[in-house]
Amino acid sequence: MKNEARIAIASGADIVTARLEGRQLAAEAGFNGSDLTVIATAISEVARNIVEYARNGEILLSIVHDGNKHGLRVVARDDGPGIPNIEQAMQDGFSTGRGLGLGLPGTRRLMDEFAIKSKVGEGTTVTATKWIR
Amino acid sequence: MRVPILKQGDYLIASIQSALSDQELMQLRDDLAEQAGRFRSRGIIIDVTVLDVMDSFACRTLRSIAHILRLRGAQTAIVGIQPEVAFAMVQLGLALGEVQTALDLEEGLALLSRRTERGSGSEK
Repeated sequence: MKNEARIAIASGADIVTARLEGRQLAAEAGFNGSDLTVIATAISEVARNIVEYARNGEILLSIVHDGNKHGLRVVARDDGPGIPNIEQAMQDGFSTGRGLGLGLPGTRRLMDEFAIKSKVGEGTTVTATKWIR
Repeated sequence: MRVPILKQGDYLIASIQSALSDQELMQLRDDLAEQAGRFRSRGIIIDVTVLDVMDSFACRTLRSIAHILRLRGAQTAIVGIQPEVAFAMVQLGLALGEVQTALDLEEGLALLSRRTERGSGSEK
């Protein structure tokens, strides 16, 4: 059984690929129903951030286990300009791009665990995990 | 893939057939803006039944499509948002604003015929 995937992100079409692969892997991990949609939506948001702000990056998906818990981890990584003010970027409605400013705070709401690391000039890594209930 | 747009009397029906990339959504926006004028359409239905994800970009684009079409004198209804998609949209914090929605194509047509009724004079 495949338990991880890597998708290079450089265009709008790659966003669609990433969320389809994410949905597939999440189904293999044992998610169903609305969780599959929630995960695919979160992947869409973090992938779009890469296209919008860094142009190039990658999405890494993996099935993860923690004791009795099983879930899916989404890592979105780029070596773009980085986020100068993470606190601001995590606020609803804040955007320096063309978006609605819901991408990062929305993704945090969709997933169970969320972490972001960013360094100006070096890039951004978002790690988000959803556990099967 | 380009979204097929059907002309049905005074209405246009855009029936999305598969997951759409950002570029394809923008193509749909441009196609609808052009065809609504060419066919003098009074109502437009966008059927999103097959969409398994409605993210912030899709939401914003549908909102702008409805706004553009209103400026062109037509009413838009989004139909077929699936329950799990609605659930994810709410968690993400997405709203369709003033855009009208209906359960399915049939309800969407009924909604548009009420909204575009000729000579009713009561429209806001």
